[in-house]
Amino acid sequence: MIKCIIIDDEKLAREVLSIFILKSEKLVLVEQFSNAIDAIKYLNANKVDLIFLDIHMPNFSGFDFVQTIKNPPKVILVTTDKNFALDAFNYNCITDYLVKPIVEERFNRAVKRVGIKKEQPIGELKAGDLTTKEIYVNIDKRLIKIEISTINFIQANGDYILIKTEGSNYTVHTTLKKIEDKLPKSIFLKIHRSYIINVNKIIDIQDSTVLIGKDLIPVSKNNRPILMESINLL
Amino acid sequence: MEEQPNLDYFNQIANGEEAIINTLISILKSEFPEQLENYNQSISASNFKETAEAVHKLKHKIGLLGLEKGYHLAHEFEQNLRNHNFQNQKEFEDVLKNITNFIPKL
Repeated sequence: MIKCIIIDDEKLAREVLSIFILKSEKLVLVEQFSNAIDAIKYLNANKVDLIFLDIHMPNFSGFDFVQTIKNPPKVILVTTDKNFALDAFNYNCITDYLVKPIVEERFNRAVKRVGIKKEQPIGELKAGDLTTKEIYVNIDKRLIKIEISTINFIQANGDYILIKTEGSNYTVHTTLKKIEDKLPKSIFLKIHRSYIINVNKIIDIQDSTVLIGKDLIPVSKNNRPILMESINLL
Repeated sequence: MEEQPNLDYFNQIANGEEAIINTLISILKSEFPEQLENYNQSISASNFKETAEAVHKLKHKIGLLGLEKGYHLAHEFEQNLRNHNFQNQKEFEDVLKNITNFIPKL
């Protein structure tokens, strides 16, 4: 049986979910919470396999919650807003999302997916996992924090790399390979021997270049297929 | 004709079991007025952010009561509030009145 909990500040939403869980032969509901803080305390002392998590909670969103817990179990997001759910794919532990009011058939499909999606083994989370929000770089003996989501691209430049973010540029004495290993692979892509880009920042793609901000980044022939695979092409 | 709130969703998920439906109704009866009060306070204070949050919560209830048009209207109103705009307020409040009249009959 899959041990699950519900985190949702709305009582009626929790009750609806608990009805679906009760009907499911695979699930057992062990606890439910109206706020994320109580759930974190519970998870520090108890192991569960699955969390039904409301994204939209006061003070502490579902995404804040996922980023806070160290080794998150599988998560099915629950939301009334599809737009929020798109962000779900930035997190390994999130297997699916359900839009409220939840349709039973859709609920069952989401539960089925829990068993299919590969589990993240506990204790094997590395710096490059999607739950990591920032990276620290050593510049002039200072460790400077950079929010990963703000990085546009990284360019190799001899013994240094240039990290270009939305607001600043950082020159760091390291290699492209080293930083590549620290970044989430589904978002950061090496498209040229000297460039790693954040695919979420792409404005457009032409034959051999990608536009990010005001910068044109070259795409090597060998890496173009990987780039095309990573985008949601109509 | 104006769409009317109904318990079709509750009946469906409860497979018609009266005890489950009654539990859902009881929670609806206690939670809806609280959320409505939050909405009224936020809108009276012209607080866009808090009003948007209140509408977001009420939107789920509107959906649960089978008000499809009301649900989409609530979504639009919520987006308008997030853009600091009160457009759709009256239409949204008509939906709330409809629910307020419906609940005591349950």
